[in-house]
Amino acid sequence: MLTRKTSEPFWWLLFAAGGMVAALLVPVHLLVQGLAVPLGWTSISHARMLALAAQPLVKLYLFALIALPLYHWAHRFRFILEDLGLRGLRTPIALLSYGAAVLGTVATLWVLWRI
Amino acid sequence: MTEETMTLEVTRYRPGHDREPRTESFTVPYRKDWVVLDALNHIKDRIDGTLSYRWSCRMGVCGSCGMMVNGVPKLTCAAFLRDYRPGPIRVGPLANFPVIRDLVIALDDFMEKLRRVKPWIIRAVEKPVADGEYLQTPAQLDAYKQFSMCINCMLCYAACPVYGLEPAFVGPAAIALAYRYNLDSRDEGYRLREPVLSEAVGVWECTFVGECSVVCPKGVDPAAAIQRSKLAGATDWLLSMIMPWGGRR
Repeated sequence: MLTRKTSEPFWWLLFAAGGMVAALLVPVHLLVQGLAVPLGWTSISHARMLALAAQPLVKLYLFALIALPLYHWAHRFRFILEDLGLRGLRTPIALLSYGAAVLGTVATLWVLWRI
Repeated sequence: MTEETMTLEVTRYRPGHDREPRTESFTVPYRKDWVVLDALNHIKDRIDGTLSYRWSCRMGVCGSCGMMVNGVPKLTCAAFLRDYRPGPIRVGPLANFPVIRDLVIALDDFMEKLRRVKPWIIRAVEKPVADGEYLQTPAQLDAYKQFSMCINCMLCYAACPVYGLEPAFVGPAAIALAYRYNLDSRDEGYRLREPVLSEAVGVWECTFVGECSVVCPKGVDPAAAIQRSKLAGATDWLLSMIMPWGGRR
């Protein structure tokens, strides 16, 4: 069965990868960039963080960190709407959800490109 | 001393007579060792012989006495009256299924799905009986054992909101049983079951609500079977993308 009638595995893999990133990596950044730095537990200057973010490997990391959870959100959001009974609108819901994630991905690329 | 009693609010539906299901209350004796099924048998024997419901073994093995008890799918042979004191207890037919009469639901949809996933051992070439048994290590048995405990009681279908919304969904028990045979070291039928599971209404329809595993009276975890089948399906898909000439598990 090599020809698939459904694109679900593709979106599900992005959803699964995004879930891993959201569960394991996002909390670290919430703690560091969201709490530790603003509350002065540690001091990392803006210039130093920016210099770090300019490294190609760090950019790749940031891309995965930001873009993948968007697909996790999109997949969940799509199925929440479907589970709420909007099954007649399956195609537009999927287009809107994944479309928003794709837009977010492009925006992430744009921002990272400009650093 | 007056006898302690409990009230059962039972859903009744007689095709041809009732336009829609209605509720009828029955007062039954309370015994601390009675289950809901005992109370239903009491009603049928002593109060109203027309009450219809399925049951057989009374010991959580046959899977026929599944009903909604206070809105939760339960085997009525394992739902003790004492856990619902002081009552009343609402007893209805399993949710998400068409009702034939009173508490009896139509099984056809589930039976058809069960057949479709081929829940039996498939061999490319069957070896002759004279060659002896197919041997299995304890570890190979453990791999699938919990999924083999399914008794086809369909409580998981009654609990699944996705099945309620999309009747074409293959559903928890059928997927768990497909997974059970896929995991069996003696089985060679993965490729035959895979088309059914990889359909949009196969594993991909599941949104991992997880209620199927919560209500299972036999400790089976259909939700896990479905999520792991998704991973297997996604791996297949990825391999077929990377190696279109034959990327197969």
